[in-house]
Amino acid sequence: MKLRLRIWRQSDAESKGKMVSYVIDGVSEDASFLEMLDVLNEELIADGEDPVAFDHDCREGICGACSLVIDGQPHGPQAATTTCQLHMRQYSDGDTIDIEPWRAGAFPVVKDLVVDRSAFDRIIQAGGYISAPTGTAPDAHAVPVPKADADAAFSAAACIGCGACVAACPNGSGMLFMAAKVAHLGLMPQGQPERHTRVLGMVAAHDEAGFGGCTNTGECSAACPKEIGLDVIGRLNKDFRKAAARAA
Amino acid sequence: MSTAEYYTGGEPIADTKAPAGPINERWQTRRFTGRLVNPANRRKLRVIVVGTGLAGASAAATLGELGYRVANYCFQDSPRRAHSIAAQGGINAAKNYRNDGDSVHRLFYDTVKGGDFRSRESNVHRLAEISTEIIDQCVAQGVPFAREYGGLLDNRSFGGAQVSRTFYARGQTGQQLLLGAYQALERQVAAGTVELHTRHEMLELIVTGGRARGIVVRDLVTGEVATEIADAVVLATGGYGNVFFLSTNAKGCNVTASWRAHRQGAYFANPCYTQIHPTCIPQSGDHQSKLTLMSESLRNDGRVWVPAERGDDREPGDIPESERDYYLERRYPAFGNLVPRDIASRAAKAVCDEGRGVGPGGLGVYLDFADAIDRLGKDAVEAKYGNLFQMYERITGENPYERPMRIYPAVHYTMGGLWVDYDLQSNIPGLFVTGEANFSDHGANRLGASALMQGLSDGYFVLPNTISDYLADGPFEAVDEDHESVAAALGAVNERIEFFLNNDGDRTVDSFHRELGRIMWEYCGMERTDEGLRKAIGLIRDLKAEFYKRVKVTGKAAELNQQLEKAGRVADFFELGELMCIDALHRTESCGGHFRAESQTEDGEAKRDDEHFSYVAAWEFAGSEPVLHKEHLEFEYVKPTQRSYK
Repeated sequence: MKLRLRIWRQSDAESKGKMVSYVIDGVSEDASFLEMLDVLNEELIADGEDPVAFDHDCREGICGACSLVIDGQPHGPQAATTTCQLHMRQYSDGDTIDIEPWRAGAFPVVKDLVVDRSAFDRIIQAGGYISAPTGTAPDAHAVPVPKADADAAFSAAACIGCGACVAACPNGSGMLFMAAKVAHLGLMPQGQPERHTRVLGMVAAHDEAGFGGCTNTGECSAACPKEIGLDVIGRLNKDFRKAAARAA
Repeated sequence: MSTAEYYTGGEPIADTKAPAGPINERWQTRRFTGRLVNPANRRKLRVIVVGTGLAGASAAATLGELGYRVANYCFQDSPRRAHSIAAQGGINAAKNYRNDGDSVHRLFYDTVKGGDFRSRESNVHRLAEISTEIIDQCVAQGVPFAREYGGLLDNRSFGGAQVSRTFYARGQTGQQLLLGAYQALERQVAAGTVELHTRHEMLELIVTGGRARGIVVRDLVTGEVATEIADAVVLATGGYGNVFFLSTNAKGCNVTASWRAHRQGAYFANPCYTQIHPTCIPQSGDHQSKLTLMSESLRNDGRVWVPAERGDDREPGDIPESERDYYLERRYPAFGNLVPRDIASRAAKAVCDEGRGVGPGGLGVYLDFADAIDRLGKDAVEAKYGNLFQMYERITGENPYERPMRIYPAVHYTMGGLWVDYDLQSNIPGLFVTGEANFSDHGANRLGASALMQGLSDGYFVLPNTISDYLADGPFEAVDEDHESVAAALGAVNERIEFFLNNDGDRTVDSFHRELGRIMWEYCGMERTDEGLRKAIGLIRDLKAEFYKRVKVTGKAAELNQQLEKAGRVADFFELGELMCIDALHRTESCGGHFRAESQTEDGEAKRDDEHFSYVAAWEFAGSEPVLHKEHLEFEYVKPTQRSYK
């Protein structure tokens, strides 16, 4: 199929970017979206032009590196699907596709479609862990975990840290990412001792990084390729209120 | 036929750190004989850890907890994205929670046997001992493993094991274990013991006064090339499966850190041992950029078949039972569809070579769930494999509930890697290697659910204990920027970058990488021959010469330049690919993942030659003619036998 692509080009963080149009022909419907961009880049290099920079790595939907806003939607039109798992059979000959980077104050553009998501790591540093230095652990069966809690914790822990939630949010909030980690660790018995300090620390780091506040629009969850539910945000708010009251 | 024209013989090599004595006391002995570093002195010692996968993040976090000053590097934008994240199946541990006869000794035995008697008994026994501590550690970190209704951990049998010793977190075990290690790492970053450098790539090892003392790194955002000096360097930089271009590895996986160390003198061991995974989604066209693994657990319920007649291009549903060949069940009645990975892979290749393959290019076999759906019901199959079926449908556009999956083998894991002793130290003092980047524990073939175990064993428990024996002699003499060795390393890196950017070429890096991959897959893949390997070495040398003449890299040095990153990696893959072929050529036996067509039993199974090849091949870099050092392997506890899965 033949497509027109309009892609955000920006040479570095300081430069001003703009949308640039490209035409690509002979795209196989079996190709993935990123493979389609690979083909475009091969053509650009052949013509002596600068290829389009984009983040990607595992290309099987789990590393969380890929991060394209496609026709206004983070990760494109298919539900529960990362950009790398989106395939060209979702498109038809003659389509025009807009491709942009994540857009959020806390995720500055590095180049073209690549953004800086290190703010997520800083949120984790502020408490997104259980303090268990190597070698100090009791036997794995010492503390049973109810299956329902373990399953719910897993569902929250399935977050891949891609940042689609932030890109989808009109406020640029990192609430879903942060709440998923708070829920994962807070559902496990091992996570209880640090439950309150964790949520206070992470929320402070989140706000400091320039993420916006949560107004429950739900766009984050709708865009999440791992279908993390809004319930984790309710959980975080509850933990935060309790922790703040105690700290006061 | 002599293979001597491709290499020269060197002095034998020995693992001088492995203690003698009963095998179950050796690890304890080594921890006692190894020297310690006083806690107050640890903060004066600096350790570089390259890589943030299971073996890197766990090592960096643990060294930080111990009080060393750690500098940790990764090329990804976050340590959480290292490719350990993609491991699906699970992690083995000899807990015997199922009371099904498992023990440390049985896991040790299975691993030595699974490695086709090409690994070290001491190392493997230590791995089996530590396996139980890993699970304890991960549970304490809050890893949400699958659990039973009583709240205890669930286990499953994996990869043909006769005991249920695999712990798992749905189909995302690697992700959950890596996030546990990542969170421990970030805790140390916050505590100030670990400095994290993301989007940085190691491009050279600095060896000063006979010791590994630092690395040269390129900041992938600004392009700045800088040096980092330390008392020891740990490489946890993963495997080299991307030499095949198409593999299940992430696109960024590369051999550069290991290869640069190799060029500085570190021996590369058993490079030809690669694992081909039988259940991957086949290639769909020339645009293909990677291959996706479908978890091996699918073989528990899926039946593998191809049409009985070649050239049968009917829809699978139109081919009656009597005209199908369930070839694994036919050839291996005892194990059927659950034969080990290498056997399943070669059998798939064999039927496709006969012209009975299905799908594009005839490179695929069916994995059929119709019987399982009849027997268990669609809901039960969906509960077990729903996410995998969904992934398959996204990629192929076909519904596996209605039409059998198409699968084909793909490169998945590399058992070879930098040579290390029992302390995980290479032959360059101060250079340690952990995880898939070293060669140590899997022999010629890795068992399912053992990669995660080894990565975490090395990083959490082995290295932090063994490295103190080396660091006890530190801090070492200060090395400044002007030192000859530092300036030389820096100069070499800058020169390479300049070369690529100024080369007046007309072919893209990827086009060369694809072509190299096709050569490797054809001649150094599932089945290798003397004739094919000689041909491959010639083809690689020619292609490498063409690469340096015609490669075209756009852009500048001082910017984010993904083409430049790739060019350096592919240049190193050329040299590695040649060494892999030489290693495969010299090892005229078949063992594990290395199958030489000339060395097979009457039934077409791999035939080892213990008399001549019971050794680790550790290669020293010496330009186009590498030097072979042999480390002899002793088997005191597990007597070598020929595998049989009939």
